[in-house]
Amino acid sequence: MPTVTINRKVFEKVVGRKLPLEKLKERISYLGTGLESVTDDEIVVEVFADRPDMLSEQGFARAFASFIGAKTGLKEYKVNKSSDKVVIDKDMKKVRPYTACAIVRNLKFDDERIREVIQIQEKLHITYGRNRKKVAIGIYPFEKIKTPIRFVALKPEEIKFQPLEFPHVLNGRQILSQHPTGREYAHLLEGYEKYPVFIDANNRVLSMPPIINSHDTGKISGKTKDVFIECSGFDFNALSTCLNIIVTSLADMGGSIYSMELHYPEGKKITPDLRPMEMSLDHNYVNRILGLNLKEAEIVKLLSRMGYGYRNKKILVPAYRADIMHPADLAEDVGIAYGFDNFKPEIPKVATIAEEDPVEMFRNKIAHFLVGFGLVETNNYSLTNKEDLGKNMLVDIEPVELANSLSSEFNVLRSWILPSLLKVLKNNKHNEYPQRIFEIGTVFVKDEKTETNVGEFLRLGVVSCHGKADYTEVKQILDGLFRALDLKYEIIEAEHKSFIGGRVGRVVVKGKKVAYIGEIHPQVLVNFELDMPVAAFELNISELFEILE
Amino acid sequence: MQDLNKIIQSLHPLERSVLPFLKNGIDLQTLVLNSKLKEVEVMRALQWFENKHVLKIDSKVSEVVELDVNGKKYLSEEGLPERRFLTAVSSSVLPLDAVKKNAELHDDEFNIALGLLRRKAAIIISDDKTVKLTDNGKKLIDREFIEEGFLKKLPLEISKFSPEDKFAYNELKSRKGIIKTIVIKVKTVELTKLGEELSKLKVSSEFIDTLTPEIIKKGVWKSKNFRRYDVSINVPKIHPGKRHFVNEVREHAKRIWLDLGFKEMKGPMVQTSFWNFDALFTAQDHPVRELQDTFFLKNPAKGKLPNKELVERVKKTHENGWTTGSFGWRYSWNPEEAKKNVLRTHTTVLSGRTIAALKESELPAKFFSIAKNFRNEALDWSHLFEFYQFEGIVVDPDANLKHLMGYLKEFFEKLGYDSEKIRFRPAYFPYTEPSMEVEYYHPVKKQWVEVCGSGIFRPEMVKPLLGKDVPVLAWGGGFERSVAEYFRITDIRDLYKNDLKQLREMKLWLK
Repeated sequence: MPTVTINRKVFEKVVGRKLPLEKLKERISYLGTGLESVTDDEIVVEVFADRPDMLSEQGFARAFASFIGAKTGLKEYKVNKSSDKVVIDKDMKKVRPYTACAIVRNLKFDDERIREVIQIQEKLHITYGRNRKKVAIGIYPFEKIKTPIRFVALKPEEIKFQPLEFPHVLNGRQILSQHPTGREYAHLLEGYEKYPVFIDANNRVLSMPPIINSHDTGKISGKTKDVFIECSGFDFNALSTCLNIIVTSLADMGGSIYSMELHYPEGKKITPDLRPMEMSLDHNYVNRILGLNLKEAEIVKLLSRMGYGYRNKKILVPAYRADIMHPADLAEDVGIAYGFDNFKPEIPKVATIAEEDPVEMFRNKIAHFLVGFGLVETNNYSLTNKEDLGKNMLVDIEPVELANSLSSEFNVLRSWILPSLLKVLKNNKHNEYPQRIFEIGTVFVKDEKTETNVGEFLRLGVVSCHGKADYTEVKQILDGLFRALDLKYEIIEAEHKSFIGGRVGRVVVKGKKVAYIGEIHPQVLVNFELDMPVAAFELNISELFEILE
Repeated sequence: MQDLNKIIQSLHPLERSVLPFLKNGIDLQTLVLNSKLKEVEVMRALQWFENKHVLKIDSKVSEVVELDVNGKKYLSEEGLPERRFLTAVSSSVLPLDAVKKNAELHDDEFNIALGLLRRKAAIIISDDKTVKLTDNGKKLIDREFIEEGFLKKLPLEISKFSPEDKFAYNELKSRKGIIKTIVIKVKTVELTKLGEELSKLKVSSEFIDTLTPEIIKKGVWKSKNFRRYDVSINVPKIHPGKRHFVNEVREHAKRIWLDLGFKEMKGPMVQTSFWNFDALFTAQDHPVRELQDTFFLKNPAKGKLPNKELVERVKKTHENGWTTGSFGWRYSWNPEEAKKNVLRTHTTVLSGRTIAALKESELPAKFFSIAKNFRNEALDWSHLFEFYQFEGIVVDPDANLKHLMGYLKEFFEKLGYDSEKIRFRPAYFPYTEPSMEVEYYHPVKKQWVEVCGSGIFRPEMVKPLLGKDVPVLAWGGGFERSVAEYFRITDIRDLYKNDLKQLREMKLWLK
C-alpha cells in the first residue's frame, strides 16, 4: 500500500481548520486511511488502492476537509477552453493507442511544489498506473513547447533526444539500455517495432512514454508557470480519470485548468472532462447494507461529507473518483461519513447449525490418540525441494513444481511426509533422545482427474529415532491405532528404497494399500546427517477415512 | 528433638550407611573407604544431608605432590642416585667410571649425583679422577637425606609443607620424573549443630524404604514406619506427548466458530486463478496476480475452468458488470489467464466456492475455515510464505454491516481480546464493499494494530456465483501474529521450526 508524505502546513491550509492531535489521528483512521505517523511538519498516511485521488496532499486534504465537515459537497472546478491541440497518429493504435491531455496555467513552482508534483506523478505511476503499464504520466514546462503537439510512433533509431538527467543525446534503443529509468521500464516496450513519442510543433521530442521525458522540454523548474500534462496508455477511461486527479490537485495549488483538443483518427475528444458522473441511489439499498434507517435527505447530507453533489434526484460523483462502479460504493461512503465508530455491533437471532468437517474431525482424533503414545506433533511447510523428497530418500519423484519461488530450498510441493520428519530429526540432533514425532499434513501429487491436475491427500507420518529404534516399535503404534479404529489390516512384504530391504512392509486394509512401514535405510540416514536409527510409517488418512465411511 | 526424629525417619538407606562415619572435617575419600559405598553414593548421601541442614560440604582445591615414575622406582628398590653413589664409594677410593659402573648409574643420574654430593661437600675428586669420601660424606652414609624423608611422606599437600619439605621439594622438582604436582578437589564435611546431635544417635534401619507387593501381602507395613521423603525434592524431567502449539490454537479458534453456529469449509490448496482471483472479481491486471505476490505452478501450470455458464457470468461481470448494476472493470477477460494454477493466496477462495455451491433454500447460512494460505515471500523474522488464516462468511438476505461488527466482536472477545480495545474502521479490499478493518489497541506498542480484514462481498462477486445478489458478510485474518505474541515468540519462523525442546516445553494455550 503506498504511503504519502503530506506537508502539514499545506494540509491545514487546504482543510481550513486545525484539529487537536488526537482528534486528527482518529479522524484520519475513520476516513479509511492508515495513519503511519504525525509530526509538527509532516503527516504520513497509507492510502488504499481504491482512492488514487488521495495520493496528493491536495487530494487528501480535500477529502479530509469535507469528511470533518469543513468544506462539504461537490467541489466545482472550472475548465477553460483552449484551442491547443494534440494530434494522435493512426499508427499509435498498435503501439500506445490513447492519451488524455490538459494544460494548467498560473502555477508557482518552488522546491516544495516541485516535490509535491513529482510525488503525485510517482504515486500514481506505482498504483493506479500499474507501474506505468496501464497509465504513464508526463508533466512538461509549457513555455518550452509549441502546439500542436503530435503523438507518433517512430523507429527507435529515429528517436533522438537528451533524456532527463542524462549528459548527452541518445536514440530510442540506447535509452532502454543506457539510461537507468530506461533499463527499469524497457520491458514495457519489448517487442515493439516503433516506440511512442510526443513531438511539438518545432519538431522537438518532449518524451518517449512510458519511459522518460526530454531534459530540455520535459523538466519543470522554478521558472515554470504553465504546464502541459499528458497521460498515455491503453484504456481511455483510466487515462481520463488519472488526468482528472492530477489537474484537480494542480487547481487546488492555485492553477487554472485549460482543456486541449485531441485529434484522434476517428474523431475529436476534449480533455479534461471534469463533469461529475450521475448515479441513482436507492436509499432502501443503503439502509439494508448498513443496517441503518436513514432518510434520503440524510443520505444526501452524508454523501456531501464525502465530496458528492446532488441534483435532480441523482448523486453527482466527482470526476476524480476512480473507484465508483456500483451503488455499493456509494453505500460504503455513506457508512464512512456516518462514522464506523457510530455503528452498534449486533448479532442477529438467526438459527444455523454448526458442523465440523468430518475429515478434520477424524484427523484430530488420530492426533490426540498418537499423543497418548508420547509422540510430539510437528508442523512442517508444504513447500520443500526435490533433493529432500527424492534424492536424499533414494527414490525417483516427479513432484508438483512452483514456477516462481524465491528460494531453491522451497520450490516444490511435498509428495510425502517422511522427508519433512527426517529433516526435523536432522535439526534436532542436539536435543534429548528418544525422539518420537508425527505430523498429519497435506501431500500433493499430479492427478489429471482433478480440476487443477493436482491431487491433495492427508497423510500421517510417524518416526521414532533413538539408539534402539526398530520396526517393532512403530508397528506397535500402527497396531494400536488400527485396534482403536477397529480395523483389520495385514502387512505384506514390499520394496521401497528409502527403507532397509527385508524390513519394509505395505499395510493393506480392505484390499487398499494405505501405508508403508519399516526401518529407514542407513544411506538415507547419512543423507540427512543422522547417526541414530529411525523406524517410520506413512499412512494415507484420506483413504483410511473413506474406508471407514 | 522433633526435627531430629523427622530427619531420622526420612533418611535414605545411603544416608543411613554413611551416618555412622560422619564427623567434623572428614573428607569424601575417607567416607568412601569407611562406608564401603561407591563415591557417587556417598556424594548423594552427603547432598541429601546438606539439604536437611545436617552438614555442609566444603569443596576446596588443593595442590598435592606425589611420586612420579622415577620417584617410585628410586623409593621402592634402587634408591636415589646420590645414595647409590655414596654407597659405592663408602669402603674405598675408586676411579669415577668404576663408581658409575658399581652404582649402576646412567649418565644423567651419575652427573646429578656427582654434582650434588660435591655441593654437599661429601666427596673429593682427586687429579687422577678418583673419588673419596670426606668426613661429612662418611656421616651421610648412615643418615637419611632430607629428600629421602620427603619422598616417603608423599603424597602431601603443598599447603601442609614443613620448611624441610619445602627444601626437599625445591631440590627434587627440577629433577626428571621424581615428583609431580597435581590439583585435586577435596570435599570435607562440616557438621552443623543438628548434625553433631544426629551423629551421636544410633539410628535404627527399621524403615520401609520401597513399598513392595511383598510388604503389602505380608502386612510388614503394619509394624514398621515408612521412610519420609523430602517432598520438595527436584526430580528429573520427563517429556509428554503433545500437540503442536499452533494446532492447539487452531482447535480453539475452530471451537469458537462452531459455538457461534458456523459450518466448516474445506478445499484444495492448489486452485485455478479462476477461483482464487476471477471469481472474487479481482481484475486480471491486478498487481496481486503478478509473479512477485503469488506462487504460480510450473508443472502442472494450468487447470480446468468450471461450467460454462458460471465462467460466462464471471467474464461478463469483469467486462461490463453483467446484470449486477456495475460498470465492471471494462477490459477483455482472458480465460487462459484464469486457468493458471496458483497456491491459494487466501481462504476467501473457499468462501467463493461455497457460495457457488449454495442453494437459495439453504439461506441463511454461516461458514468458517481456518486453513493454510501461501504468499510468494522470502522467509524472514516477520514473514512466512505459508500461513494460516481464519475465514468466515454469513450469507443472509437480512445481513448488514452491524451484524458483521457483531460477529467479529464476539469472536475476538471469545479469543481473549478486551472488546473495549477493539475498533472497526473503513478499509479497502477488492472484493468487499463496504470494507472494514478490525483493529485492537496494542498495550505494549501503544497503537492500533490490524487483526482482521472484513466487509460485505461486492455484488459483482456474489451474483455470478449465487445467481442472486444477497449480502454476504465476510472476513479473513492471519492468526500467526497473535499466536506468536501469546507464546512470546519474536521471530515468526520459530512457530514452525519444530525444535523438540521448544515443543516439549511450550506452555499450553490457556485462553
